[in-house]
Amino acid sequence: MKIHEYQAKEILARAGIRIPEGRAARTPDEVAAAAEALGFPVVVKAQVHVGGRGKAGGVKLAASPDEAKAHGAAILGMDIKGLTVQKVYVERAADYAGELYLGVTLDRDRRRPVVMLSTVGGMDIEEVAEASPEKIARAWPNPLFGLMGFEARELCLAAGVPQAQRAAVAEIARTLYEQYFATDATLIEINPLFILRDGSIMAGDAKLDVDDNALHRQAALSALKEVSPDEQAEERARELGFSFVQLDGDVGIIGNGAGLVMGTLDAVRNAGGNAANFLDVGGGAREAVVKAALEIVLANKRVKSVLINIFGGITRGDEVAKGILAALEETRPRVPLVIRLSGTAAAEGRALLQSARLASRATMDEAAAEAVRLAKSA
Amino acid sequence: MSVLVGRDTRVVVQGFGREGSFHAARMKEYGTQVVAGTRIGKGGTTQDGVPIFESVSQAVAATGANTSIIFVPAPAAADAVLEALASELDLVIAITEGMPVNDMAKVAVALAASTSTLVGPNCPGVISPGRAKVGIMPAENFLEGPIGFVSRSGTLTYEIADLLSGAGLGQSTCVGIGGDPIIGLPTPDAVRLLNEDPETEAIVVVGEIGGSAEERAAEYLRAYGKKPAVAFIAGRSAPPGKRMGHAGAIVSGNQGTAASKVAAFEAAGIPVANAPSEIPDLVRSALRCS
Repeated sequence: MKIHEYQAKEILARAGIRIPEGRAARTPDEVAAAAEALGFPVVVKAQVHVGGRGKAGGVKLAASPDEAKAHGAAILGMDIKGLTVQKVYVERAADYAGELYLGVTLDRDRRRPVVMLSTVGGMDIEEVAEASPEKIARAWPNPLFGLMGFEARELCLAAGVPQAQRAAVAEIARTLYEQYFATDATLIEINPLFILRDGSIMAGDAKLDVDDNALHRQAALSALKEVSPDEQAEERARELGFSFVQLDGDVGIIGNGAGLVMGTLDAVRNAGGNAANFLDVGGGAREAVVKAALEIVLANKRVKSVLINIFGGITRGDEVAKGILAALEETRPRVPLVIRLSGTAAAEGRALLQSARLASRATMDEAAAEAVRLAKSA
Repeated sequence: MSVLVGRDTRVVVQGFGREGSFHAARMKEYGTQVVAGTRIGKGGTTQDGVPIFESVSQAVAATGANTSIIFVPAPAAADAVLEALASELDLVIAITEGMPVNDMAKVAVALAASTSTLVGPNCPGVISPGRAKVGIMPAENFLEGPIGFVSRSGTLTYEIADLLSGAGLGQSTCVGIGGDPIIGLPTPDAVRLLNEDPETEAIVVVGEIGGSAEERAAEYLRAYGKKPAVAFIAGRSAPPGKRMGHAGAIVSGNQGTAASKVAAFEAAGIPVANAPSEIPDLVRSALRCS
């Protein structure tokens, strides 16, 4: 789960990291009022759950109330990578002399979080990592101890942080690492971390992604969850215990098991088509599950055919087929369906489907080819 | 000899609730020795012929269990894994889905100092067809034979096992390692076990997008591989930045792409199937060439 910059900054501020004064705003008038209260110059920043706001024109400097209001009007409602900006953050512009990057994220290979510090701040860290990896200093503290003082000092030395700032930056790094665990983050990032003209340190931006699996013990963070209109189908699927991702093709996909669904997406691509979604219903495929899954997939108007790929494991294939037939009787989908059953008692299941005149295929490749053909001829 | 599980495996089921008892019965049907269960507040009772204990240490003392399978819900799963490690079991299999990844980061520290092997979390378990099943996989789809099989997926594993069995290619051991970002037995470690297993004649590696475990497994096989291998990577058509069901199945930046994994296997001389249906033929021709 992602939260906004201003929300992440609040968490940092509470942990003792200095942030610029700022206020969230939802209308151009609120932007002007916030700017006046803060004093000029201010920065007006789009609050959306996606990176690259600056490049998209979602971050602008203002020197007067009118300018702030105009920027607010331009940024609010703006579309950034498919998301509509509904809030901006108005912040007193920092007078800075230098920028650092500081972040903590999971390193899967090392099986623990990595702390990254660089004097190349303000840039996309993935680009820095690609172009000049030596400019990023890294540490992999033992999660049971946290980032120790010596590790933080070594990190600052390795990154080449100026001597005057080393102690302060080391302390912020330790705090950030603590917050990573305290918030059950999968990513926590300050980019840029400003070195101000007076030599002090201040967080210029903040990014915090929370582990969805830990929300049960992060009540305060869970309350910050925002579902944009584009994410509503995914949210509904999540409530049903499904895993759903909207894609941009026209073949709807329903399957059980993440790997099998990924394999089905690949089979559709191999057959020259494009999947409209990823939908993993989890375990078995009882009537109610198939019905709910079909509703979610068919809510997408681009869908021209649906491919249901179910592996009958502990739940037998004929039981699965009965569930699908019962669901279809109620739903009556507007597009053709192709069903593919495999695993335990799959042949019996396929016979049931065939007798109900449903297109049913024995292999994933055949089923994918048929679903793609039907989508193209629709 | 199979790897990880076998006829001398003695299982304690941690979290003998609805799912735990259901799968305990399936495992017993298969011939696995399920010797104990744990369920807090139910110690001293017997359920479906399995004695229930308050703790793993009690279960081990009374029954000599050497392997645990965990069905405890995600919020308490780290506790359950550490409990199993504290009893120094040989093998701990965590079926539980949805563990917070930071819990696993801490568990991994304990695991590094432990003699136990952890498989999972978020995995279907391990089966050695004809000998023992410690997991939730449908046994019908597996057949005894010489193919070692490592997979990050669940149902896709059953599907591929079904394809292999249908082609007469039985399996020595199938290890479902789990789809989470941090798991106890990553792909290269599981591959190493099968590479060292004298009864395994060929290895099938089923990976997914995300992380770099497949690349490291390919590198290992290139350097130390003793037998032919075949790979398949699910998620070739997945767009970057989208989590495909498994918390671990995500392409971020240039990390974890299917292309990088396919290239790593091909560089190691290991054929990569375009679809699961191609796997049996690739395995057969790999066996012929060796």
